[in-house]
Amino acid sequence: MKAKDGGGRTLPETIAGFGKVAAFAGAWASAANRGAPRKLLSAGRPSKLLGSIDEAIRRSGLESGMTVSFHHHFREGDLVVNLVMDAIARAGIRDLTIAPSSLTNVHAPLVEHCRRGVIKRIYTSGLRGELAEQVSRGLLEAPVVIHSHGGRSRAIREGTIRPDVAFLGVPSCDRAGNARGWSGESACGSLGYAMVDARHACSVVLLTDFLEDYPAIPASIGQELVDWVVQVDRVGDPAGISKGATRLPKDPRELLIARRAVQAIDAAGVIRDGFSFQTGSGGSSLAAVRFLRELMLERGVKASFALGGITSQTARMLEEGLVGALLDVQSFDSDAARSLAANSRHYEIDATCYADPHAAGCAVDQLDVVVLSALEIDMAFNVNVITGSDGVIRGASGGHSDTAAGSGLAVVVAPLVRGRTASVVDRVETIVTPGESVDLVVTDYGLAVNPRRADLAAALRKGGLEVLEIGELREIAERITGVPEPVEHGNRIVGVVEYRDGTVIDLIRDVRA
Amino acid sequence: MEIIKTGVAGTLESCDASVSVEEHGLLELVIESADSRFAPRVREAALAALAELGVRAARVTVREKSALDCTIRARVMTACLRAAGLEKAPWEALK
Repeated sequence: MKAKDGGGRTLPETIAGFGKVAAFAGAWASAANRGAPRKLLSAGRPSKLLGSIDEAIRRSGLESGMTVSFHHHFREGDLVVNLVMDAIARAGIRDLTIAPSSLTNVHAPLVEHCRRGVIKRIYTSGLRGELAEQVSRGLLEAPVVIHSHGGRSRAIREGTIRPDVAFLGVPSCDRAGNARGWSGESACGSLGYAMVDARHACSVVLLTDFLEDYPAIPASIGQELVDWVVQVDRVGDPAGISKGATRLPKDPRELLIARRAVQAIDAAGVIRDGFSFQTGSGGSSLAAVRFLRELMLERGVKASFALGGITSQTARMLEEGLVGALLDVQSFDSDAARSLAANSRHYEIDATCYADPHAAGCAVDQLDVVVLSALEIDMAFNVNVITGSDGVIRGASGGHSDTAAGSGLAVVVAPLVRGRTASVVDRVETIVTPGESVDLVVTDYGLAVNPRRADLAAALRKGGLEVLEIGELREIAERITGVPEPVEHGNRIVGVVEYRDGTVIDLIRDVRA
Repeated sequence: MEIIKTGVAGTLESCDASVSVEEHGLLELVIESADSRFAPRVREAALAALAELGVRAARVTVREKSALDCTIRARVMTACLRAAGLEKAPWEALK
């Protein structure tokens, strides 16, 4: 069909007062030839179902050198990343940048794909296990870029990370691509990170193990964003979804730290009607929810909302009427996923709304208090959640720096000593969250307040709590553990840690020993 | 203290040490540390415990999983007592 002959009519090339005329050229012509970043590969088809991952890779237009993205809502139960990367390797595609929202212990098979040149570069919030170990020893030529959850949304929206194809595992969807996380055998709850990929990737492939009848709405990812749908045996292992970072706290030391943290938050005057909170993963911060709940019941205080990182404990508080609403970017366990399906005040939010620093406002800025874990805290209150004291990557940036910056009171909890490793040190191995965002450090040996917050120190003392200098905590730790030999680093930069705004806050160098 | 047989103490649990003490012509100490940066501290703690008991000839192997000094000392001493065939610790001799 000739350009000027759209729909059978003869059209002028330009119209005064209107401009250039793009003539109609067939119902799907503009979608296919748009040249816009967003490809529309299946527009107009009644079904987007494809027979296999291999076919989806072929029809996604994926080529060597491109960027693929994933999400980590299945956490330690994720089966999608490995399935897709194996298929990509089979297709002979190489030199890829992978940009998952995070990676966990189950992603060790990626080591082989890095060695063989299938993967060239990694953007992620975190790395654990064998992959983290190998990356720390120089597996990749290009450094891994570590971002926060808010920082990832910003980078994708601003185009620093531009996924050519997003491969998103979803617990359920229909043939048109309406997808949600709270139904199906592999229910993971919120799809908050994946929603950003679906909106900004050039093409979107969904993988699911539960195909629902059309229309599967309300949907977290709408059909208008999806190119292809592939049914696979399984996308996630439910047992792995709540494993790892969110184990249930029973350790008496973690309970002690959690109780102290809640006492301090109370003394700071935060716990009053309408307050809001978030608690991170990790034993003590999860345990803090329990003591917070007890205190709220005792006082008859209700919170306006809880943000996160939603667990069974916060879901229960919603059901008890102790919390007005849950804003859920990521569900940490199956109870949280069930609550998202069942409770109308349990809202799914995407990572942009959660923590994107360059959005026109995000939920972390509304937080009164956040309780966060740490691997290390130093004399300037900088926090490390990404590398162990041996310099090896073993954690995730997550929402740490986002929530610490946004909340009115950022509390960092950690046992003073783990094994023979001190948590309060002279200088953290790697800075993820800058000390200026951290107000209070709570350990099993006492608590310390950032000197920037003299008001807080005064409030805590007035509340009868003993406030130590951060240096005193370091000395106690050193007396218990002794001073280790320094970590032996090489000169290669294996990781670049981005602050949430995209600036570089620290570097990770290779380890030798 | 004279070593007359093989004695072991401890476990390989996190924060613990597994120590074995055997007969040997001279004092030989092998350290296997979970965190090599603390290996020199572990060696110091083990040597101090051996000196305190007066063990001058033995092959001592310490495999430890980030144990603190007090744990190293306790495990080394117990393994030595067993290897010396003693039932009770020579409490008076200890610091």
